[in-house]
Amino acid sequence: MTLVYPRESNSIHAPRPYPAYRSTVKRSPQKPLVIMRHTMSELTGPVYGQETVRDNDHDLTIQHDGEPLGERIIVHGYVKDEDGRGVANTLVEVWQANACGRYIHVVDQHPAPLDPNFTGAGRAKTDDKGYFRFITIKPGAYPWGNHHNAWRPAHIHFSVFGHSFVSRLVTQMYFPNDPLFAFDPIYNSIPDESVRRRMVSSFDLDNTKPDWALCYRFDIVLRGRDATPMESKR
Amino acid sequence: MTDTKPSGITPSQTVGPYFKYGLTPGADYRWNDAFGNNLVTPDAVGERIRIEGQVFDGDGVPISDSMLEIWQADGQGRFADQTKATLPNAAFRGFGRTGTDKSGAFAFDTVKPGQVADPDGKPQAPHILLAVYARGMTQQTYSRIYFESEASNAMDPVLALVPADRRDTLIAKKQGASYRFDVHLQGDKETVFFDL
Ligand SMILES: [Fe+3]
Repeated sequence: MTLVYPRESNSIHAPRPYPAYRSTVKRSPQKPLVIMRHTMSELTGPVYGQETVRDNDHDLTIQHDGEPLGERIIVHGYVKDEDGRGVANTLVEVWQANACGRYIHVVDQHPAPLDPNFTGAGRAKTDDKGYFRFITIKPGAYPWGNHHNAWRPAHIHFSVFGHSFVSRLVTQMYFPNDPLFAFDPIYNSIPDESVRRRMVSSFDLDNTKPDWALCYRFDIVLRGRDATPMESKR
Repeated sequence: MTDTKPSGITPSQTVGPYFKYGLTPGADYRWNDAFGNNLVTPDAVGERIRIEGQVFDGDGVPISDSMLEIWQADGQGRFADQTKATLPNAAFRGFGRTGTDKSGAFAFDTVKPGQVADPDGKPQAPHILLAVYARGMTQQTYSRIYFESEASNAMDPVLALVPADRRDTLIAKKQGASYRFDVHLQGDKETVFFDL
């Protein structure tokens, strides 16, 4: 299977300088990016890392002696390419705040409690259809210094590889109907509202586990199309 | 679950300031450390090299919370490929990841890559792909690390696309036993980034 990575697919991303998100102002290139053809270097990429995933790395609630506090949830979905094919055996890495909105990272000084039973990092390998599943705790919203009374909507950070170095994606998964969406410059840095909603998981009642955990569905679509148009194959 | 053709790719969001314990744990946080900054394996073909540098913002201030990833061929221009596990260099994976420290500094230990062909079959000069992530970056930016005193730089088809007065930002300079490659996200010395 030969994939191509049309440059237009990238047009949905946020502008690099997005002044409402203040730290972008000094951290975004100002000179034009140089356009080039993809070579073997860009069209290949790391296809490993998944072999280091241990049996329980996908379950963030059993990494310590006790159970973490907060609302236990299942987060699952598919990693796909632009033609809808599942991306098999790819590494999915997540990290997040605890139920109180506090990261274990030393720089996070939000005056909310750490949870000795929750680290907030997880990893999973997609199966042969691109499916992944995590068990975790619903993260809390947290304040940040971007502007007066700035709060991040609850989110889980995702890092995914795919088939090449140019399909690499780091994103954030949000929860449906978060009242903070309207006020968050990171969420709103994506220009098109319908595109923004691709980052919002959907509540998945069918896969909720009765008496145990609510479930959210989050599909991730990476760059990569069949070199031959779908229509001509039929 | 329905499996319709997706309407488009998932947008990128910043890696934020707190990626370290999930993505680059090292000695600081206990977690599965699948990727690090040392790419050298016993079977890696090529000259052992160390690349050191710092990442700076538009005010020239070192960025202590950025993440760098590299992807490269081995000394003979071969990329790691799981489907070819019998290659004599099968352990060499060609991918590295690290965070910057308090002074914005990073280092990679690797081998100098060989030449890889461009889409026309013309050889490219030895280069390493670089992706830079940070709080304040809405998506990664891609660059390339080339090497000083490499005669093939003059013929490289990608360097040829870069305005002559900016090419230097892509060339790692020999400094003692290692190569120096700084990343300037903006400003007079802004590193050349590619639209991939
Ligand atoms: Fe966050």
